[in-house]
Amino acid sequence: MTLGPWLEMWIGALLTLMILSFLFRDNPFYRFAEHLFVGVSAAYWMVEAFWTTLIPNLFGKLYPPLVAFALPALAKNPPQVSRIIPLLFGILLLLRLVPRLAHWSRMAMALAIGFAAGTNLVRYLESDFTSQIGQSIRPLVVSEPAFSLGGTVSALVVVLGTLSGLVYFFFSKEHKGVFGKVSRAGIYVLMISFGAAFGYTVMARISLLTGRMEFLRRWITQGFIFPG
Amino acid sequence: MSAFLDRVGRMDRRLIYVAIALAVIIPLVAGLTFPVITTPIVQNIFDKLDSLPEGSRVILTADFGPSTVPENMPMIQAVLRHALHKKLKVYLLTLWATGIPQLDALEQNVLAKDFPDRVAGQDWVNLGYKAGNQGVINSAFSDFPGAFPVDSKGHDVRTLPIMEGVKRIADFNLIVCIASGFPGVKEWIQFGGDPAHVPVAGGVTAVEAPLLYPYYPRQLLGLMGGLQGAAEYEAALVKQYPEYASRSEEAIQRMGPQTVAHLVIIAFIVLGNVAFFTGGEWRRRRT
Repeated sequence: MTLGPWLEMWIGALLTLMILSFLFRDNPFYRFAEHLFVGVSAAYWMVEAFWTTLIPNLFGKLYPPLVAFALPALAKNPPQVSRIIPLLFGILLLLRLVPRLAHWSRMAMALAIGFAAGTNLVRYLESDFTSQIGQSIRPLVVSEPAFSLGGTVSALVVVLGTLSGLVYFFFSKEHKGVFGKVSRAGIYVLMISFGAAFGYTVMARISLLTGRMEFLRRWITQGFIFPG
Repeated sequence: MSAFLDRVGRMDRRLIYVAIALAVIIPLVAGLTFPVITTPIVQNIFDKLDSLPEGSRVILTADFGPSTVPENMPMIQAVLRHALHKKLKVYLLTLWATGIPQLDALEQNVLAKDFPDRVAGQDWVNLGYKAGNQGVINSAFSDFPGAFPVDSKGHDVRTLPIMEGVKRIADFNLIVCIASGFPGVKEWIQFGGDPAHVPVAGGVTAVEAPLLYPYYPRQLLGLMGGLQGAAEYEAALVKQYPEYASRSEEAIQRMGPQTVAHLVIIAFIVLGNVAFFTGGEWRRRRT
C-alpha cells in the first residue's frame, strides 16, 4: 500500500470511530466528525457542480475557447449564443445575496419552480397516478397461461389491501358497521406495510454497519503496516 | 423470572449496541455464509440482461454516495460484470455528485481488473456526473449527447464510437438504475423509462425498496432490494457463470452477519415485549 491510500485509510478509520463514539454518549470527537462531514459535503457538491455542469454545459457551449484549458475537446465547437439565457438567470438567482436587488432573483426562481412543477405534474400524473391505477386493476383469478394459486392470492391481497386502505382514509362517512370493519382491515394493511418498511430499514442499517466493520477490520490488519 | 424480565425492561441501550456489534463482527471474522436463492423479482433483471443481443445499449447509473456503498456497490458490480460478459455496450453515469468516486471504483475494480480488453469509448463509456436531478433525464430524453456533452475524461461524446446512433433515451435497450434515494429509480421510471418505453430495472437500498415495489412489474422490470437483492443477483450470476465465483460474492458474504444480526434483533424484540407485557409497566399503563 502506498502512502496516499494508507493515509486515507487512517483518516477514514478515525472518523468512523469518532462517529460511532456517539453510541456511548455525545462527545467533542463526534461533533468534530459531524461538522467536518457537513463542511466537506457542501464544498464537494459545489466544486463538482461547477466542473461537471457549469464548465461543460454552460461556458463550454457559450464560448468554447474559454474552457480549452480544461476541456480541449470542446474548444472547436461553435458557440451557442442561446446559452446567455441560462447564464442570465443564474446571475439573477445569485442576486438573492444582495438585499437591495434580491427581488430580481424571484424571476429565475419563478422559472425554475414553474418548469419543475410543469414537468413533474405531467410525469407524476402518468407514472404515479394513472399507471398505478392500471397496476391495481387486475384479474382476481390468475388463470393464464395456467391457474396460479400464488398469483391469485397475490392479486386478491393487492386489490383488497388497496380498497381497505382507501376506505380507512375516507372520512366523509362514519367508520361503523361493515364500513368500519373494512376500515379496520385497512389499518392492519397499513401496519403490515409499516412493519415491512421497518424490517427493510433494519436490514439497511445492519448492511451499513457490516460495511464499516469490514473497513475497520481491513484497517486493523493493514493500517498498522507503515507503507515502505 | 419476573425480576429478570424487569431488569430486561430497564436494560442500558448500550448493551444492545454491543450485542449487535458482536452479532456482526463474529460472523464476519468467522466467514459465516448462508445459501442464497434468487427470487423472481431479481431473476427478471438477470434474465433480461442475459437475453439482450450482443451490442445492445444499457444505461447503468450509480446514483448513490459512499454512505450506501456496502449495499449498492455489490449490485452495480455484478450487473456491470454481467453486461460486459454479454458484450453489451454500457453507458455509466450518475446524477449524484458523490457518485463520481463510485464510477471511478467501478473502472478500477471491474473494468480494469476483469475486462482489460474492453475499450473505453467503444465498449463502455463513463459519462460522469451531471447536476440537475430529473431535469437531466428530461433533457437526455430528447437529446442524450446534449445532456452529456463530454465523458469523464473530457472527450467530446460525439466523437466516441459508442455514441453512434445514440440520440435519445429511446435508443437504449435497458436502463439499470442503482440508487439510494433522490434522484433514483423512481425518477428514471417517470422521466426515462415510462415516456421512452425503455424497460427500467432497479437496485436500491433496503430503506427505499418498499416504496418501489408498487412499480413492479409493469413499470419496473425487477428490483434488487438492499443487500439481499444484491446477494440474489450475485447468486444468479455465479450460478450461470461460475468463473465470477471468487470476485462477485461480496453481498453473499455480507449476508452472514446480516442474518445473525437479524436473529439478535428479533430476540431483543421478543424479549422486550415479554418483559413489557409481563412486567409492571403494562399494568401501570392499563390502570
